[in-house]
Amino acid sequence: MPSGEADAGRFVQCTSCRKTLFSADFEHELRVCRFCGHHHRLSARDRIACTFDEGSFEETDAGLRTVDVLKFPDYMPKHEQAVTKTGMNDSVMIGRAKLDGMPVSAGVAEFGFMGGSMGVVAGEKVTRCLERGAEEGMPVIMVCASGGARMQEGLSSLVQMAKTTVAVERCREAGVPFIAVMTDPTMAGVLASYASVADVILAEPKAMIGFAGARVSKQAQVVKAPSDFQTAEWVNKSGMVDRIVERRDMRGTLIALVRALGAHLRTGKALVGA
Amino acid sequence: MAKTWKEWEQPVLELEQMIERLERAAQRETDPAKRGAAEEKVQELKQRRDTYVQLRYSRLTPWEEVLLARAETRPYLLDYVGTVFTDFTELEGDRRYGSDRAMVGGPAFLDGRPVMIVGQQKGRNLQERTFRNFAMSKPEGYRKAIRLFEMADRFRMPVVTLVDTPAADPGVESEGRGIAEAIAASMLAMFGLRVPVVSVLIGEGGSGGAIAIAVANKVLMLEHAIYSVIPPEGCAAILWRDPSKGPEAAAALGLTSSSALELGIVDKVLPEPFGGAHRNFAEAAATVKTGILEALSELGPMSPDEIKRHRYDRFRKAGSFEEASRAAVR
Ligand SMILES: [Zn+2]
Repeated sequence: MPSGEADAGRFVQCTSCRKTLFSADFEHELRVCRFCGHHHRLSARDRIACTFDEGSFEETDAGLRTVDVLKFPDYMPKHEQAVTKTGMNDSVMIGRAKLDGMPVSAGVAEFGFMGGSMGVVAGEKVTRCLERGAEEGMPVIMVCASGGARMQEGLSSLVQMAKTTVAVERCREAGVPFIAVMTDPTMAGVLASYASVADVILAEPKAMIGFAGARVSKQAQVVKAPSDFQTAEWVNKSGMVDRIVERRDMRGTLIALVRALGAHLRTGKALVGA
Repeated sequence: MAKTWKEWEQPVLELEQMIERLERAAQRETDPAKRGAAEEKVQELKQRRDTYVQLRYSRLTPWEEVLLARAETRPYLLDYVGTVFTDFTELEGDRRYGSDRAMVGGPAFLDGRPVMIVGQQKGRNLQERTFRNFAMSKPEGYRKAIRLFEMADRFRMPVVTLVDTPAADPGVESEGRGIAEAIAASMLAMFGLRVPVVSVLIGEGGSGGAIAIAVANKVLMLEHAIYSVIPPEGCAAILWRDPSKGPEAAAALGLTSSSALELGIVDKVLPEPFGGAHRNFAEAAATVKTGILEALSELGPMSPDEIKRHRYDRFRKAGSFEEASRAAVR
């Protein structure tokens, strides 16, 4: 069962509708408000627990360590704080998992780790997750939650956009399906790289999804932004996201997609022309 | 804090105007003694100007590099296209939605050899800047780039991209038409190319909007160009809630050519003429041309598959990290 900060008390208030919920219900319902349906953020561990087969996730590449090449002011203290807070080495956790018994290469972002920002270590893990899928013939599932590239690693972060995108090419060559799940928020450098070139893009309701940060975007507006600008629903209407999927249906949707798109990997042959 | 390059360039411009006036006066002067004195004064002023320029450019701070990279006096893409290349034929459409004027591309010749050019164009006055959307491409710009990359691949033409953009267009319409997808798709398309790709950062290399067309086998960078994950003002606004701390952010981000070279993000820095590319464009253009030709000849012996593999490997190893029980990898 997922656990979060709400465990501290018996009640928790929904930050969206302000109604009071029983903590136990809230956690049991995967941190979705039973009154307004707001999808509250999930930690990487909780996401893994409610997405993949119970106990199937085996973490890999937890030994990667960030190098502060630029000696960026205050970076390492912030990074260490995030490590302590999340128990992760960076903003993405990757590993092998199963979906209804089918093996997948899985990656899950942790927004609580410096806003899920992608520096070299996160970029390397995303890349390895995609490459493992390509090499071992396993569908790849990436659950995104990120403000974008990590400023504190400067240009090294920028090139992670290219690096992770190449890895998608590897999956395509191998005929391995890559499914991206965009959760709140999926922004900037992560949206403008591997996530947007996934074979299938799913999004959670109301997740913030966009390229430019709200500040920049508002300054640049010639055309007035609609009220639902940069929400999953708006991006879905624009044709950039394939489906909006509620959290309780996400696992089932992923299973259906992996079963269909990854069938040829399991049988070793395609239905047509086999 | 200075906000534009003009503030530093001003003393030079004033000196040059003075030199010009004195030179004209000297030519009109009939008295040989007076003429000699005036010519002497001209020489003295020229010396003073050169000393100032030398001093100024020998110790630019990262923030000053940012302002210089953004300066209106810097040569832009079409200046290079008209000098380094010949017979450029611009192709404008993306075949999907529209014609993006920030992104310029089409076939041209480099020393008689056909190449495909793609890059961003800035404007020098308000009208031009509006027409070029401040060199901020919309999705259709990147989709046009993809079209041209793929065409180059079909017709076995090397690709040369000239990067000069503050950022991709952040507007509502660009979001709606998938600016993020367009950038990612452009990078993906570049990885698929089996022809050599050379990118030159000529001015501003503004984050995703820049790397979208810079996934090259060889990435070159002009000495006074910048390449950054985020504009320094934006970085300062987010990290320190103070956009006026741009100079501090510029120093921290490592966005200069020397820093990009040290990090292994670019393969080579192209030195600019005395006082910057805009003070001697012919020389700057010659340097860019030589840089591209050298890069292409280094890539020349590789087979189409090796070219693709080379580009993959170049980006696959980007960025340093440590791994328990393994040495640092670059
Ligand atoms: Zn609620």
